[in-house]
Amino acid sequence: MSGGKTLAEKIIGEHTASGRVSAGEVVIVKVDYTFSHDAAGPLLINQLNKLRIDPAGTSRENTIFFIDHAVPSPTKELSNDQETVRRHAQSNNLTLSDAGNGICHQVMAEDYTSPGDLVVGTDSHTCTSGGLCAFATGMGATDIAVAMKLRKTWLRVPETIKVRANGHLKKGVYAKDVILKTLSILGADGATYKSIEFDGSAIDELDVYGRLTLTNMAVEAGAKTGLIKSDAHTRQYLSDFGREEKWREILADEDAIYESETNFDASDLEPQVALPYSPDNVKPISEVKDVKVNEVFIGSCTNTRIEDMRIVAKIFEKNKKAKGLKLIVTPSSSKVYLRCIKEGIAEKLLDAGAVITPAGCGVCFGALGGIPADNDVIFSSSNRNFPGRTGNPNAKTYLGSPATAAATAINGYISDPREFL
Amino acid sequence: MSGRAWKFKDNISTDEITPGRYISLRSNVPELAKHTLEDARAEFPSRVNPGDFVVAAKNFGMGSSREHAPLVIKTCGVRAVLALSFARIFYRNAINIGLPALICDTTKIDEGDQLELHLSEGYVEDLTKDARIPFPKMSKTMEAILNEGGLIPYVEKHGDLLLA
Repeated sequence: MSGGKTLAEKIIGEHTASGRVSAGEVVIVKVDYTFSHDAAGPLLINQLNKLRIDPAGTSRENTIFFIDHAVPSPTKELSNDQETVRRHAQSNNLTLSDAGNGICHQVMAEDYTSPGDLVVGTDSHTCTSGGLCAFATGMGATDIAVAMKLRKTWLRVPETIKVRANGHLKKGVYAKDVILKTLSILGADGATYKSIEFDGSAIDELDVYGRLTLTNMAVEAGAKTGLIKSDAHTRQYLSDFGREEKWREILADEDAIYESETNFDASDLEPQVALPYSPDNVKPISEVKDVKVNEVFIGSCTNTRIEDMRIVAKIFEKNKKAKGLKLIVTPSSSKVYLRCIKEGIAEKLLDAGAVITPAGCGVCFGALGGIPADNDVIFSSSNRNFPGRTGNPNAKTYLGSPATAAATAINGYISDPREFL
Repeated sequence: MSGRAWKFKDNISTDEITPGRYISLRSNVPELAKHTLEDARAEFPSRVNPGDFVVAAKNFGMGSSREHAPLVIKTCGVRAVLALSFARIFYRNAINIGLPALICDTTKIDEGDQLELHLSEGYVEDLTKDARIPFPKMSKTMEAILNEGGLIPYVEKHGDLLLA
């Protein structure tokens, strides 16, 4: 037996029969939460119906179906798909998070995921929950169908890459900039099959709202998951959602074995921008000059938690969007939306010229809303800018923080948010 | 049976394999499959024939966990996807639905080469070049799942999820 354990090894170990695992082992793990959504649910239910085995004692708790990928439904086909998901959840007494309630990863982090959980879902950004120190990973419909039926799955315990952000983030620089910088170092497949553990003083100082942005985009380096320790910030976050009793401290062992370690000084970091067509194609904003933009999207599971919305509202306080520019804002959940209304954020956004959509995923992946015209240039706070991602292969997308997106919307070209803060 | 090689570059995303804008077709896979890889190579869906091969470079299938990505490729009749490397979720999804995803040196294969798969023998034969391109054995569990035709038949056979 080797000595110290990484966060991934600790959490996976707790979910195996032996109680202890090391990187490289292939193991069966019990799962705490399984979830799916309207974009994968019908295929999953189809697979589920092919499974004739029905083990005694199968728990139906902690199985969640989200209707979030295209809400409100734009077509009769999707309405039928959503109805399939809705009926399946209701007739099997599973949890249903219906249209408008929020993006699955946001709602998981608000209401369900606790430190030390093992979570699997039919969405690549399932790793978002790693910001709460849960081992959370995305899989396809067939894997999740089996996980829902058997309450277990199989996986290879990943090696871990430690990413250490030292120093302190300066004003106008956020978690999004840290993860874009990380992606520029690791590359789009630099962490394939691995876990990324984020550490260092800049991470210690980040609240969970920001940490979820980091772990959300771990998959953009190919990672199985991203993980951050469970500490006082985690406790505070759970308390914000009335779940403080779910908190426990989880730290990696000091003598844990890492496959590699990457360090950078967050104090030197300026706002970062991912250029078309990959989230790892990153430059500091000072090197991104004269890029005219005609659509700005502030949304997705990566950002638009309430903290993001407050920052954006502050930037729009005295400024409107540029004339002719399309500004679309999607709060990540109904809870966030409601707070935007209560705190006067929604009013500031509308005054600035924004279209506010219901909480959902549609704009981010080209399913619904904000589909760009040919040759449009989009600046987005989302996670991906692959060719065709936003629904038109003849448009291109730049990625950055919600603050950078807001500054860009005001000027009509990619702009440093620090001039507005 | 041999088939034609369709070459693709590094980092083909699931957004290019089956774009999100066709989300309304996800419950109609034969229709969805008519758009397979069209953003990467527009002629692919109309010209691909059963038995052909998708031959990619690094990190094929990066991005989303949508299982429709390997599913539409399989629906086009593609015999196997060959790549220098795969994104994790795509790889697992492909095997789970019984589509061979094989890691091998695709740099030796040119566009249009005629290929023949020898799955149990562990190589692809490039008939055009008269060359054998070996691929390493996949993990035991992956191999067992593929041999059963996917994860559902595998679990049904054993009555449980077991490691091979």
